[in-house]
Amino acid sequence: MLETNKESFTLSPEGLAEIQKELKRYETKESAIIPALYVAQRENKGFITTDIIHYLSKIMDIPASRINEVFKFYTMFNQKPVGKYHVQVCTNISCALEGGRELADHICHELGVKYDEVTSDGRFSVSRVECLGSCGTAPMMQVNEKYIEKLTPESAMNILRGMK
Amino acid sequence: MEVKYLTEFYHLDEFRFLDGYKKHGGYVQLDKALKMQPQQIIDEVKASGLRGRGGAGFSTGMKWSFLPKNNEPRYLVCNADEGEPGTFKDRLMMERAPHQLIEGMIISSFAVGSKKSYIYVRGEYDFPIKVLEQAIEEAYKAGYLGKNILGSGFDHDMDVYRGAGAYICGEETGLISSLEGSKGQPKLKPPFPAVQGYLRKPTIVNNVETLAAVKYIIRDGAQGYRKYGTEKAAGTKLFSLSGNVKTPGNYEVPLGYPLMDLIMKEGGGMKPGRKLKAVIPGGSSAPVLTAEEVAKATLDYECLAGLGTMLGSGAVIVIDDSQCMVDMLGVLMHFYHHESCGQCTPCREGTGWLNKIVHSILEGRGRLQDIDLLIKVADNMKGRTICALSDAAALPVLSFVSKFRDEFEFYVREGRSKVRGNFYAQMHH
Repeated sequence: MLETNKESFTLSPEGLAEIQKELKRYETKESAIIPALYVAQRENKGFITTDIIHYLSKIMDIPASRINEVFKFYTMFNQKPVGKYHVQVCTNISCALEGGRELADHICHELGVKYDEVTSDGRFSVSRVECLGSCGTAPMMQVNEKYIEKLTPESAMNILRGMK
Repeated sequence: MEVKYLTEFYHLDEFRFLDGYKKHGGYVQLDKALKMQPQQIIDEVKASGLRGRGGAGFSTGMKWSFLPKNNEPRYLVCNADEGEPGTFKDRLMMERAPHQLIEGMIISSFAVGSKKSYIYVRGEYDFPIKVLEQAIEEAYKAGYLGKNILGSGFDHDMDVYRGAGAYICGEETGLISSLEGSKGQPKLKPPFPAVQGYLRKPTIVNNVETLAAVKYIIRDGAQGYRKYGTEKAAGTKLFSLSGNVKTPGNYEVPLGYPLMDLIMKEGGGMKPGRKLKAVIPGGSSAPVLTAEEVAKATLDYECLAGLGTMLGSGAVIVIDDSQCMVDMLGVLMHFYHHESCGQCTPCREGTGWLNKIVHSILEGRGRLQDIDLLIKVADNMKGRTICALSDAAALPVLSFVSKFRDEFEFYVREGRSKVRGNFYAQMHH
């Protein structure tokens, strides 16, 4: 089940303008679905709800089912809340060879949280993800948009503890 | 030895920006190309022997020749959805040399007659996307993009499209589905994209490194480009070296370079006290090689095919003797199961079964017949689906199990890894 917003969702005027621009940017307006989901996710603290799908459907004039299937297909759209800092640790092969899985376990343990859950203060969520193209600098994590590479369990925790 | 052909100026920060790029020969080849006949460029690319650097290794000039000979609008799409585990070269190319790619794309677009191109970049590559967008803006301002480029009468627009996290979008028809605003599910070929691609229009999809190389073929000519490499594998290639080596990273070497040299010289060799056990030479989908096979391998399409594997994307993943092969296959099967798009039954169900069976062995619940069951499931997945993901999942299974069968049998018999003992139980799942 998807989360629902307590109040009905609306975008900021800037967000709305951004989506209107995307609708005209490509040859077909359906190509604006992915960009629109990015805008909405950014304005809803990092995740998408059913209300958002219906809202986007209305403003983009695209069936909600069409937007929903795109939303569900791509891993960068979150189906439940994430922390202010969403920590994604690569556990695919090159990182696994260099301790990526142990790093992910350590971060969870230190933050006192299970995978894909948010810490009680709302600051962090931790996920294990597939290859991020940072294999020569393994192990690594992506915190929100930023890649942080060549980590040890200690250096990763020092960096995370510095994020307020 | 490393050859800095495409990567000559990658160490310079200024190369990222238009002024710095121009200081080192930037956009000179565009001017030269626009004075040539498009067919002349296609012939030159064909004669250069350039083959797709994304994974399939198909002749670039040949791919371009499949376009219909009419005036129908067509698209060029750069595949920058770099997601093959172990691969990180396109990221480097976009971050360090965005104009090199853009110049290559304008020349290629002129050759194939495309007025619009897209760079489809994986969504996680936030920084490369920003670098590219800025570079495209610079190129428009300088008149390298837009109307009547350098007075040639050729018009061309370019844009970046950001993916959203799906390995399958690296498959060219999956990429096109995604660009059209759909789930990134591959389409049945034929029709090939060159005939019917983006919005059902003729579309050429080429990898970042392939398109970046086009500029150098214009500069040095087909014969000049062939200075490096072998007859059937011309030019240099960027190899992404990762795993258990001392100095992982991207290294540009001539095709045909010995794999062992890449590991021991560029990669600095194995870590203290460790021995080479296995190498995946072309991204996670390529069958694994044993250390004995590595000693015989050169980095070109033919030699690796002869060893039953492939050059793929050029991602060389090095595995040392402290690693458990059952565990590594578990990592790979989790990945393919997660990334199967779900269209074709053999892949959707097969990747699920492979993942479950390997993990039941890892959890100590394996039976001896499960090892053969892995082979049976993998065999049934090969060549039976719309795209190559199913084969990409099956091939590692067949090679891991056949070459390291003793590790799988030991794990089943003893309920623990031959190399790492009870490590698996201590990891969170």
